[in-house]
Amino acid sequence: MMTIHENDDRNLFDALPAIDFDASKRLHIELVSAAQREGLLDVAYRTMDTPVGELLLAGTERGLVRVAFAGQGHDKVLASLAATISPRILRAPDRLDEVARQIEQYFSGRRRTFDLPLDWRLSRGFRLNVLSHLPDIAYGRTASYAEVAAVAGSPRAVRAVGTACATNPLPVVVPCHRVVRSDGTSGGYVGGVEAKATLLNLEAA
Amino acid sequence: MKVKPFEQIVDEYGPMVLRVCRAVLGPADAEDAWSETFLAALRAYPELAEDANVEAWLVTIAHRKAVDATRATARRPVMVERVPERPSTTGRPEDWDGDLWAALSALPTKQRMAVAYHYLADLPYAEIAAILGGSRDAARRAAADGIKTLRTTYRHATSVGGEAR
Repeated sequence: MMTIHENDDRNLFDALPAIDFDASKRLHIELVSAAQREGLLDVAYRTMDTPVGELLLAGTERGLVRVAFAGQGHDKVLASLAATISPRILRAPDRLDEVARQIEQYFSGRRRTFDLPLDWRLSRGFRLNVLSHLPDIAYGRTASYAEVAAVAGSPRAVRAVGTACATNPLPVVVPCHRVVRSDGTSGGYVGGVEAKATLLNLEAA
Repeated sequence: MKVKPFEQIVDEYGPMVLRVCRAVLGPADAEDAWSETFLAALRAYPELAEDANVEAWLVTIAHRKAVDATRATARRPVMVERVPERPSTTGRPEDWDGDLWAALSALPTKQRMAVAYHYLADLPYAEIAAILGGSRDAARRAAADGIKTLRTTYRHATSVGGEAR
């Protein structure tokens, strides 16, 4: 238990700011560059505002590893990256500057394909196979789940294609939004149907 | 709960470690100690037990850095008893009260550390004893003696509205 006296003693340290924002910011920047220098920054992340809400971008030394919508819970996504890749995770916006730049160009209509190193380690097996075929669907075009299943070599695995798209760790950049239902309706989307519509409208313009 | 992203550790405990480093080492060396502490913590972090006391773990690392820094200071050829009063040359508005540091630096090292670890890091005396060596009672005594001296040498904090109590 803390006594009143002890509380009083704590006041002795009032001159030491509880949180020194300037120093914290400076020290954080230094920590990120030291971590990078020593090869200790396993996952760098940043967020950016886009027409489909705030996106979380995370990268390893191999490339972009995760893109997540706000609705997916950025904290939850970071916690899962800590568990699956490494807990050596820091907010390091600079390391994702190029990714952010290309995504921004995409949303402003000035870019149709992404030219970024991708780290596919969060996808395996058939899902990876499906996802790696998605960039073949051209900008402004769509393909049905059945068509993608056929291209992936398992024409009957339509449902599995849906699952692969729903668990795409790199939405927007790996265009799972271009996969729609055979009847032409949009179908589900990791970022919500509204986000899917926004992306398809952007590309149709 | 699995091990959290390290960013969260920096966010939650960074300010506490900075206060501890400043109280133990003063404004000049504190930030280097903070940087070294968090870099070492980042290195060791994946091996940290899930149920570990993160606060005590960080203070233990910071303590080792502080001991190293204190030794390095002692080895410096030209020593002054106390850093002379001078205006801030860094232009940093956050530079904190020099009077408090003057009072803290006048304490014996062990007392200063015990005071910082108990009053700024909120560590129980058993943890402080584990860090400083010696018994729990010795840690409690060091903190008590330190704070008692501080109350008399650092008058600023014990006066409210300019009136000494």
